[in-house]
Amino acid sequence: MKSDEIQKVISGYKDVLPMSVLEEVENSLPSTISKSNATQIMDETVAAYNAARVNPGESVGIVSAESIGEPGTQMTLNTFHFAGVAEMNVTTGLPRIIEIFDAQKTLKTPMMEVFLNKPHNTNMDTIRKFATSIKETLFDEFVVEFALNIFDQTLRITLDKDILADHDLSEKDLIKCVKLKAKGFSIESTEGSILFTQKGKAGEIKELYNLKEKIRVVKVKGIKGILQVLPVKRGEEYIVLTSGNNLKDILDLPEVDATRTLSNDVHEVYKVLGVEAARHAIINEVYKVIEAQGLNIDVRHIMLVADLMTTNGNVKGITRYGVVSEKASVLARASFETPIKHLINAALEGEIDNLTSVVENVMINQPVPLGTGLPGLVTKMK
Amino acid sequence: MNHNVHKKIISINFGFFSPKQVIDVASAKVVTPELYDREGYPVDGGLMDLRLGVIDPGLRCKTCGQKLKECPGHFGYIELARPVIHVKFVRHVFDLLKSTCKSCARVLIPDESLKRYMSLLNKVQEEEGFESRRRKIKEIVGKYKLKEKCPHCSAKQEKIKLEKPYNFYENDVRLSPIEVRARLEKIPQEDLSVFGFKENEFRPEWLVLTILQIPPVTMRPSITLESGERSEDDLTHKLGDIVRINQRLFENINAGAPEVIIEDLWDLLQYHITTFFDNSVPQLPPARHRGGQVLKTIASRLSSKDGRIRHNLAGKRTDFSARTVISPDPLIDLNEVGVPLVMAMRLTVPERVTPWNKEYLKKYIVNGAKKYPGANYIIKSDGKRKTITEETKDEILEELDTGYVVERHLIAGDIALFNRQPSLHRMSMMCHKVKILPGRTFRLNPAVCNPYNADFDGDEMNLHIPQTEEARAEAQVLMLVETQLISPRYGLSVVGCIHDAITGNYLLTKELVLTRNEAADLLYNCGVTDFSRLPHKDKIDGKEVFSMLLPEDFNFIGKDKSGNEVKIVNGHLKTGLMDKSNLGQESGLMLRNIYETYGPSYTATLLGKISKLGIVVLARRGFSIGVRDMDLPAETKEEIQNIIQKSEDEVVRFIDQFYAGKLESLPGRTVQETLEVKIMEALNRARNKSADIAMRQVVNSTALTMARCGSRGNPLNIAQMSAIFGQVALRGKRIEKGFKDRTLSYFKENDLSPMARGFIRNNFKSGLVPHEFFFGAMVGRDALMDTALRTPKSGYLYRRLSNAMQDLKVEYDGTVRDASSKIIQLMYGEDGLDVAKTKGGVVDVKKIVQHVIGVTQ
Repeated sequence: MKSDEIQKVISGYKDVLPMSVLEEVENSLPSTISKSNATQIMDETVAAYNAARVNPGESVGIVSAESIGEPGTQMTLNTFHFAGVAEMNVTTGLPRIIEIFDAQKTLKTPMMEVFLNKPHNTNMDTIRKFATSIKETLFDEFVVEFALNIFDQTLRITLDKDILADHDLSEKDLIKCVKLKAKGFSIESTEGSILFTQKGKAGEIKELYNLKEKIRVVKVKGIKGILQVLPVKRGEEYIVLTSGNNLKDILDLPEVDATRTLSNDVHEVYKVLGVEAARHAIINEVYKVIEAQGLNIDVRHIMLVADLMTTNGNVKGITRYGVVSEKASVLARASFETPIKHLINAALEGEIDNLTSVVENVMINQPVPLGTGLPGLVTKMK
Repeated sequence: MNHNVHKKIISINFGFFSPKQVIDVASAKVVTPELYDREGYPVDGGLMDLRLGVIDPGLRCKTCGQKLKECPGHFGYIELARPVIHVKFVRHVFDLLKSTCKSCARVLIPDESLKRYMSLLNKVQEEEGFESRRRKIKEIVGKYKLKEKCPHCSAKQEKIKLEKPYNFYENDVRLSPIEVRARLEKIPQEDLSVFGFKENEFRPEWLVLTILQIPPVTMRPSITLESGERSEDDLTHKLGDIVRINQRLFENINAGAPEVIIEDLWDLLQYHITTFFDNSVPQLPPARHRGGQVLKTIASRLSSKDGRIRHNLAGKRTDFSARTVISPDPLIDLNEVGVPLVMAMRLTVPERVTPWNKEYLKKYIVNGAKKYPGANYIIKSDGKRKTITEETKDEILEELDTGYVVERHLIAGDIALFNRQPSLHRMSMMCHKVKILPGRTFRLNPAVCNPYNADFDGDEMNLHIPQTEEARAEAQVLMLVETQLISPRYGLSVVGCIHDAITGNYLLTKELVLTRNEAADLLYNCGVTDFSRLPHKDKIDGKEVFSMLLPEDFNFIGKDKSGNEVKIVNGHLKTGLMDKSNLGQESGLMLRNIYETYGPSYTATLLGKISKLGIVVLARRGFSIGVRDMDLPAETKEEIQNIIQKSEDEVVRFIDQFYAGKLESLPGRTVQETLEVKIMEALNRARNKSADIAMRQVVNSTALTMARCGSRGNPLNIAQMSAIFGQVALRGKRIEKGFKDRTLSYFKENDLSPMARGFIRNNFKSGLVPHEFFFGAMVGRDALMDTALRTPKSGYLYRRLSNAMQDLKVEYDGTVRDASSKIIQLMYGEDGLDVAKTKGGVVDVKKIVQHVIGVTQ
């Protein structure tokens, strides 16, 4: 039987088998197989799949929490680790997991993996050039010396010509960048230096000083937030690792392959690419850490956490302000953290606890509506 | 047993007591701070009034007439001389004052836009909760506030300030609680709904207390000290203060005392009532005992881990449980637990008398409580309990009838739940079958150590005996050890042969050849009685002996630890060795295949047999470890020394290059970091190579055997014992701190050489030199610290996860939903598969393919 015929057999089972199982079948089927064998395999797969499905009432939440919580003790606390042999320092281990599940807004080590489109990603030189072009370069980096002349009310800035050349910039380009900040000053440039003179009446020396401080941090080149760049080889191609992230601006660049470029900041991914992407970012980031630690946790558990964090259409952390605060039950919230606050608000609001989840029922000694506690039996009384 | 009518609680309504309700539910009004009269009898109208409940044996409650432990206690009240603000509602009162008009008390939002905002606010509340609604109101009112005029009556609005904890100021004039209350009283009912308060059931002026509810005595029992003195509960102390000050305030007001004195007393009353509710208000000094100990009042009773909610409500205690040290017993079954006889005579199982088991149960009663197996109590049909003693025995035997319940001793085969803390996953509590054994420890099969994470260095475990048929059935069906063999975390086995069981089978399948008698003896020892399959030869290969345990129709092709093929055809081990990758946990692939084909209980039994076989083999053959096992032949030693020397030379070269400035830095790193990375790499390479050489060593030692079959130890351990300890890594780096510019005073300053930075050239057998030992200790300490810091962190993460996810369940339609039926996932894990029923998270299609093709060919 030809491969397209096999495909046809397989696709006939689209409604009864999920994508992941179909893929598994496709990968496992030998290249030549009779039709009857193929159908038999498919039928047996369906049977195996149905046998392996989750039971209704299964408390998958607890199982996932256990699966992630239990190996937590085995994770290292070593905050910094090398991603690869000689690459960048990245937060890994338990602190990173906590960072993701808390949905923290500021990360300890923000990072991006920038993939480039076809012609740009093949040789080291172009990638290096690209890398330097996206790195945020401040005015300060070009400066050898700031010279404040109190007598003349001038500020002379001596520049490093080598660095200028490295970045393919001239004094003129620099002046363009700082022009806006230097209102009320006249600017002259000579080879390797820039001179600011206060216009009109001799103002205070303080203004000159302020000018100096202001232009030091002016962004001359690159993308805001990209503090460090590192071109590395990944498989066949070269990519750029950055520390510090700005996904939005990076994706705007024509060289960048927007379909593969990643940021490790879940919130940023959410803002730029939406919830679904944020969900994937959570799953990927957590899975990366778990793999790096050599632990074995099924993705389904991480998926469930990620889904829980993103069901409302935005990213919520597993904290008393995030996911837990949205529980319907007063007692469930109160038994987590800040019980007094929850009880008081519940009283004011006149909340009703319908006892639909776990802790409330534990508290009042009733069966929990999960697993065997879920179904009720009805007997016909005669 | 108990014949109570069970009712189900459908919901719990949270709400507010109005002052009138407080008085209505109260059974006593408290008027005097005295507690007891001279005879020690509770004073009427005091805080220990008998109408509020009883805590003394012998007395009867004046409200319900019941005795101690029967009377649930009854509330009382105090009438406050002046109103007082409830601290816990200060913020809410403040918001109400700020967002309502000073003169007409309407919400400061014009009528026309009110409707629009109402729907907005309701939406906010629904999505983000009550707190956000309050924030939103503030925002909206803030918008209108700019006009400084009430949109309803055009009265000018003043600025209201809250001086924490509870004083309100309007334009720097203090608003007394009376004034605050007056304003709140004026807020019309329909405007309250704007704030999200429940209409008709709540009035804001209730937030300013005029009547204080007194908790029942049973909630604050006093304890009698050994000296006969009474020590009152913290709450009673606090209430005493409140009543005392309240009385004084009353007297002063009636006597027409100057305003200053009244104000002072009023403030004091406010303070006491505040601390009665919450003794940890940031701006107030906490109320203390005479000794300086901080009083534990209502707020601190509820909150935190030892509070009412987490400690008493969510945490349960149980009877029929036991705890003792555990010890291993490889000869009992996987799903058994050895229970000491003394425990079995105290733990009981209730059995209901029926016509069919009456005689059987009588035997237990005849034995009585002191002779095993006996019974301790019987429970009559009317629920009365009777102790079985020598005296009562005959009488009980006489009256024993259907419907009675006999609490008999625990016997072999009973169901028990076995648990070890910390209970991090569901395999931490499994169901075992009881086996009564002499001694004082619980015995368990070493193969189940892994799911419990137990060892025998003094670990203790708990045992619970389920008391109802339902509980036993559930435990047996859902929690029995064999049902928990596959971890829901990654879909692989958590139970497998360990230690000696692996070593034994490895040696058996690898090198042992036995006589037929020996083989039969071995097999008999692990529970085989049918020897018909044992080949009729004089010399029997170990593989054949092992095959005896396998089912006859079992086929398996896999790999052993060293990558060689393992082939089992029709229950005969043809090639390959049995080691960790076939018998062990997680990787135990052969066992996993048996599980899939023959089911959980067969696997559990087989695992038990295989374990026993391994252990018996070792016992017969002899297996021990000594210092000698760490010996390396001279040429191996030399080879290792060469490798180490070479890499040390390499490191010296790196250092020279570094000083000469010729070392090229790796991208993104400084030269110094590059040097460190390179040195680490070189030294670790040296160690790994040495480990490989040590493992390849020809002389066979038991340590090597264990490392090879995966039962204990790995190449690294072997290398560290017999070849070289290697580079010590502190936080992923070489050791760099200690003294100024050097690690120890032994070394020259800025010495970058391997020796000075924690490279340990010796091994455990040769012994470490002092500085090496010290470096090793440094790392050991760091590891200890790391664990100590990590445990609470990961524990908190776990707690948060489980609290957030506890109510997620799979519904009948396959979706994952939370308690309020909100859909979290449309299909669990995107494909609806239960991880515990899969092999590593996927359906094993390859096996099906093999099966189908194999059949037709």
